[in-house]
Amino acid sequence: MIELESMPLPVSRPDTADTLLRLDGLKTYYPIRKGLLGRVKGHVKAVDGVSLDIRQGETLGLVGESGCGKSTIGRTILRLEQSTGGVIRYRGEDITHYSTSKMRPMRTEMQMIFQDPFSSLNPWMRVRDILKEPMIAHDKASSATVDAEVDRLLDAVGIPRAYKERYAHEFSGGQRQRIGIARALALNPKFIVCDEPVSALDVSIQAQVLNLLKQLQKDMGLTYLFIAHGLGAVKYISTRIAVMYLGKVVEIGTKEEIFRAPKHPYTQILLNAYPVPNPHLRGREKIVVQGDVPSPANPPSGCRFHTRCPFVQDRCRQEEPALLGGIDGHAAACHYAF
Amino acid sequence: MSNLLEVEGIETVFRTERGEVTSVDGVSFTLKAGETLGIVGESGCGKSVTSLSIMQLLGKTGSIRKGEIRLNGRNITGLAESSMRQIRGSEVSMIFQDPMTSLNPVFTIGNQLMESIMLHLPLTGKAAQDHAIEMLRKVGISRPEEIMNEYPHKLSGGMRQRVMIAIALSCEPKLLIADEPTTALDVTIQAQILDLMKKLREETGTAIMLITHDLGVVAEMADRVIVMYAGQVVEEADVFTLFDKPLHPYTAGLMGSIPHLDGDDEETLASIPGTVPPLQQMPSGCRFHTRCELATEKCAAEAPPLLEQAEGHRVRCWAAQGELDIKSSTLTLLKEVTT
Repeated sequence: MIELESMPLPVSRPDTADTLLRLDGLKTYYPIRKGLLGRVKGHVKAVDGVSLDIRQGETLGLVGESGCGKSTIGRTILRLEQSTGGVIRYRGEDITHYSTSKMRPMRTEMQMIFQDPFSSLNPWMRVRDILKEPMIAHDKASSATVDAEVDRLLDAVGIPRAYKERYAHEFSGGQRQRIGIARALALNPKFIVCDEPVSALDVSIQAQVLNLLKQLQKDMGLTYLFIAHGLGAVKYISTRIAVMYLGKVVEIGTKEEIFRAPKHPYTQILLNAYPVPNPHLRGREKIVVQGDVPSPANPPSGCRFHTRCPFVQDRCRQEEPALLGGIDGHAAACHYAF
Repeated sequence: MSNLLEVEGIETVFRTERGEVTSVDGVSFTLKAGETLGIVGESGCGKSVTSLSIMQLLGKTGSIRKGEIRLNGRNITGLAESSMRQIRGSEVSMIFQDPMTSLNPVFTIGNQLMESIMLHLPLTGKAAQDHAIEMLRKVGISRPEEIMNEYPHKLSGGMRQRVMIAIALSCEPKLLIADEPTTALDVTIQAQILDLMKKLREETGTAIMLITHDLGVVAEMADRVIVMYAGQVVEEADVFTLFDKPLHPYTAGLMGSIPHLDGDDEETLASIPGTVPPLQQMPSGCRFHTRCELATEKCAAEAPPLLEQAEGHRVRCWAAQGELDIKSSTLTLLKEVTT
């Protein structure tokens, strides 16, 4: 069994009517097994105490570098990974420990779009069957109506109806991603976790898919958790943005707050490091941080960013900063936030 | 200054089960010593095959059917494999996108670094080792002596790419071909690597051919840029002209598709409709006409040539060359997208 220090009580927050999903101190640890007997020798703390609210109809962008735990959060919310601690509430309902059968009806409401449109579609199935499967599995359509539903989905994502007899390999990356989106929409979900949905696509196709996601959100009143490392895409689609580093949220705020007035040094460095598609700005001053992201199995003491932070002070090495400013407003977990 | 590299009308073909396909079709460009040339385009546009053609790493199925590649004035097209081996690594070297797969997992970093040093430089034993350690230090690796004995899997992605750069630059090549060198890396690590490439470029005066799909990286690094589409060069200009005044609708479309970090919110992104046509089914006329908003009958029927519109600014488009009678409003619209 995994032993955990007693869980800190979740910060009490007013449960506003428009909160769709709430995370309180969410933790997802993966055991590190070693030796012949596979004894647990430690944990990779992929998500280590994350509290977030996602409001109805908004897009919360989740950014950070590889290994920061952003995808694990998405997967944990959908219960594709088992959380180690903390609480997941969907519409006020604690779903953290729901059984598979109790989760089943929830799955029609919560869906996922994956990064890789090449491996997330079954190559042996025709598009029509890929889209039919979720509807039949959840009794959402009868055999009489299912074909009309497939057409509706294809129309929504801009794939010609005539293509439904084709196999996934006959499509380009962008079209496959559209099919992945159609599949996620098949059950009329309310909430979609988009896990790097455009990272594998070409620039001109990225724009097509981002525009489509935005349009669908408008038409169907969807709520997105948009996970990405490309800041441009996140800025374009998000209402609010959370920045993660080594399993923790280091800053959260509206898109304007994050991009115009970032408070956390890591956010500033991330924005600054992003190559700007304007050669006139190449001479601008850049802060290049040294070193790599430390291992989440053994995160640094105090502030986790202190090993790479250009503004590090003694206090940062010992004391872990809290995400100050509350979960609703613009908040940064830094002792010396700007 | 004379040209370090001259590529003239190369056509690279691959034999496949479904017949021969032309990946690179009549690509020409030049590169001066110390210059950085960016090659941009989407997947399948032929940018990587262009660089592999220069290195003549086309495998059993690929070959250069036409054209000439001259390095320092010497024609290297069709050189024997043994002569190419002399050139690779010493005069021209290459770094690849994926530092995970381009290092051999069963040899130590030191082994792999010293292999190319001993092959191309008159150094052996201790001297070769010292040079290898010096190279690791140059690319910003701390504890280089220890890293020499490590295997690639012990290193992070950024470290591996640094090692790749160290290997590539160890024999002081005149030309470094960097094929998507930072695509697999995180933003902060990408910034480190780009910074490093700039520093090394200043120190050694190596010319760089930078292949990428990221217009941000190009804007940051390149002196001149070539835009490729479906195996052809569609536009070439110095980096400032290209970003300020792109002439080809494809270039303009690419620039309109990037969400910007600064500036106001965009309601919808300009996107290019459709996808890159497959190599076996190239459209007639201008290869971009099926996706182009300005396309006319002429575009569908006749392939436009690559012509110089202003000094050093070449473009392959009937509209940009003033051959089409299109409403000026459409062209202004095109300009707005890009500003």
